[in-house]
Amino acid sequence: MPGMKTNHASRDSSNNAGDCCASGVVSAQNENKIKEICREFGNDRSRLMDMVRAIQSAIGYVPPEYYDLIAREAQTHRVEVQSVVSFYAFLSDRKKGTVIIRLCNDIIDRFKGADAVAAAFERELGISFGQTTDDGHFTLEWTACIGMSDQAPAALANDTVLTNLTPEKVPDIIRALRENPDPQSLVTECGDGNNAHELIRAMVNNNICKRDEVLLGEYNPGAGLKNALSKTPEEVIDEMKRSGLRGRGGAGFLAGLKWEFTRNAPGENKFVLCNADEGEPGTFKDRVLLTERADMMFEGMKIAAYAIGAETGIVYLRAEYAYLRPFLEDTLKKRRDAGLMGISVAGKEGFDFDIRIQMGAGAYVCGEESSLISSCEGTRGDPADRPPFPAIAGYKVSPTAVNNVETYCCAARIMDKGPEWFAAIGTEKSAGTKLLSISGDCERPGIYELPFGVKVSELLEMVGAPDAMAVQIGGPSGQMIDCSRFGRAISFEDLPTGGSIIIFGQDRDLLEVVDAFMEFFVDESCGYCVPCRVGNVLLRTRLQQIRDGKGVIEDLEYLTKLGKCTKRMSRCGLGQTSPNPILSTIENFRPVYNALLRRDQTGFQKSFNILHAIEDASELTGRRSVIFHA
Amino acid sequence: MSKPKVATTSLAGCFGCHMSLLDIDDRILQLIELVDFDKSPIDDIKEFTGRCAIGLIEGGCCNEENVRVLQDFRQHCDILIAFGDCATMGGIPAMRNNIPLSECYDEAYRNGVTVYNPSGQVPDDPDIPLLLDKVYPAHAVVKIDYFLPGCPPSADALWAVLTALLTDQPVELPYELLKYD
Repeated sequence: MPGMKTNHASRDSSNNAGDCCASGVVSAQNENKIKEICREFGNDRSRLMDMVRAIQSAIGYVPPEYYDLIAREAQTHRVEVQSVVSFYAFLSDRKKGTVIIRLCNDIIDRFKGADAVAAAFERELGISFGQTTDDGHFTLEWTACIGMSDQAPAALANDTVLTNLTPEKVPDIIRALRENPDPQSLVTECGDGNNAHELIRAMVNNNICKRDEVLLGEYNPGAGLKNALSKTPEEVIDEMKRSGLRGRGGAGFLAGLKWEFTRNAPGENKFVLCNADEGEPGTFKDRVLLTERADMMFEGMKIAAYAIGAETGIVYLRAEYAYLRPFLEDTLKKRRDAGLMGISVAGKEGFDFDIRIQMGAGAYVCGEESSLISSCEGTRGDPADRPPFPAIAGYKVSPTAVNNVETYCCAARIMDKGPEWFAAIGTEKSAGTKLLSISGDCERPGIYELPFGVKVSELLEMVGAPDAMAVQIGGPSGQMIDCSRFGRAISFEDLPTGGSIIIFGQDRDLLEVVDAFMEFFVDESCGYCVPCRVGNVLLRTRLQQIRDGKGVIEDLEYLTKLGKCTKRMSRCGLGQTSPNPILSTIENFRPVYNALLRRDQTGFQKSFNILHAIEDASELTGRRSVIFHA
Repeated sequence: MSKPKVATTSLAGCFGCHMSLLDIDDRILQLIELVDFDKSPIDDIKEFTGRCAIGLIEGGCCNEENVRVLQDFRQHCDILIAFGDCATMGGIPAMRNNIPLSECYDEAYRNGVTVYNPSGQVPDDPDIPLLLDKVYPAHAVVKIDYFLPGCPPSADALWAVLTALLTDQPVELPYELLKYD
């Protein structure tokens, strides 16, 4: 399967031949458009992401011949423009089709038939993935998890989400798009809840299977904020600490402590960032919170802003969830109109706060907080060295609190119902409930809000997967456990997860799963540090040799050593967790590997095939080998 | 008790690593107190005469002859050490790995600026080993027990490794011996 960022195969390279006579007019129009867009964002270099995204939606792509102009208008360097465009999967320096169909290639989608859907698209359009049709209408691409694992296989047609695809649906989709190139016209039936809201209108379903009292139960909007504003910021932080709320993104740092560090850090401007870039394959719980609990999230951000003394908040929304943006913008507008944002929020003198939405552009690494900050600053999503931590020097080198969507939602509830109420739910070290995204081989995939401490076996019974072979806890960067460990509990002290739980049935090839996860990490590595850029490729290559039956016992030691080295030496969370699929399966599913490995006496590498290696030279010289063709 | 035997070879390398081995200077007298040399360019023995304790491999594999020799070393040696960057990583010869073999032939035998070859024939004598599709580091072809980086590894580093292995001592390679600039 082609890597989505590296694949530049296209058939439309000669498409602009007819434009030459009009090119002068076109380029003058484009130049004006670009200048106008850059002016709209205040010619501020830190808004480069937004400028480039806007230019792409106006022109269809970001033409390299305008890099200099964009750089001048954004008061930055050409190389900054080029590196932003080349870094993000959803930005392109080549012309693509009017409709870009991005089919999700994660393992859940593939197990649910994504490959057959892909073949149907290729057949219908007469092109392969990575190509554009000659008429310039369609481009086919693979993309990583788009947060629809509970309704897989899924795809994006521009910003519109297409769920539960089958090969049979494909001809109708293409026919409809030929008649009306607006993919939104494909949405004839909307999903439940706010998915049917006039500003969303998506065929996405929430699939909420289990509600609990913290996040998806009864919610009294504004109560938490009101309560918070009646206290001093220090008291708010103290309550957060007492509640025991830990970050819901996966790392589990105490939210109250993070806010306290940010509040106490020297600096005038402080920032509250919300991480809505849930890119971990198999996670889709933030999608549901953004759809159904947007107010709760904004309220939590405001409480955080009050506690740390911030005037600006940013929600970093992944590009895959662009369909939620109009709704979220509208929610913000309504809050502004109601006096809940802006100058003197909720009537509190001296508390000024506003939120903007920063769109991502398709990069998993931007879910890592320092990469997310880089991306908000309008550059490549490169991770940064820590320390200093964002609480000391984050967005624009100012003290910044970065928390997950779910963490802010919890914060709003804690301020309403009190820290003791929250701390009483869950386990001693993991307070509250956790929103779990369950997908894979089970009867009822979807969203489950459960108190921390729930056992994997209880979970499997709830979702209808009594004979699961393996469960991936915390997505590819987490760990895969076998049935002897199903008695363990979902919690920070036992099995931590950012929310992704993927279930695999008895007939699945686990190493195919591991291979797919490694492919994902190889694609998504930002390339900044060697251990991650090179280590993941070497790990995957050796894994594939084992899958091909060319592995020896010693390969497991090689994988373990290299995996540990990659984890220890990598710069950010991506490389520090990417070997986990291999390491956790070697630990928990050793027999699966053993069945494929041979004990070798010769010391010759099975992966090296001399006849294959001399094939070219034999053909070019027109003779056979006197050594090996005996 | 007879002395353990050491074999050495230079595959797709420049013999620089062997020069570095000779740079142990008069310590070579101590070395031959410890070992006998078997197949090696140092004594010009062409084929193995028996089982060896240690095989030192310079260079990776760029042609079929390299592969044959390396497999021969694996079969005859208890321990194989890949020494130098070409053996451990492919090194300079591996720079051709991004260029298709046919283009390498064209450049070398047909289109190169100093080439005169009206018939366009490329060398096909059976005595010339067939090139591999790319240059492989030694461990891609056979199992390698130890890796000693450097271009070349210094004589002191080689001395430290050999004497440690031959006297059953742990190998100590202080930072100074693995520091290259």
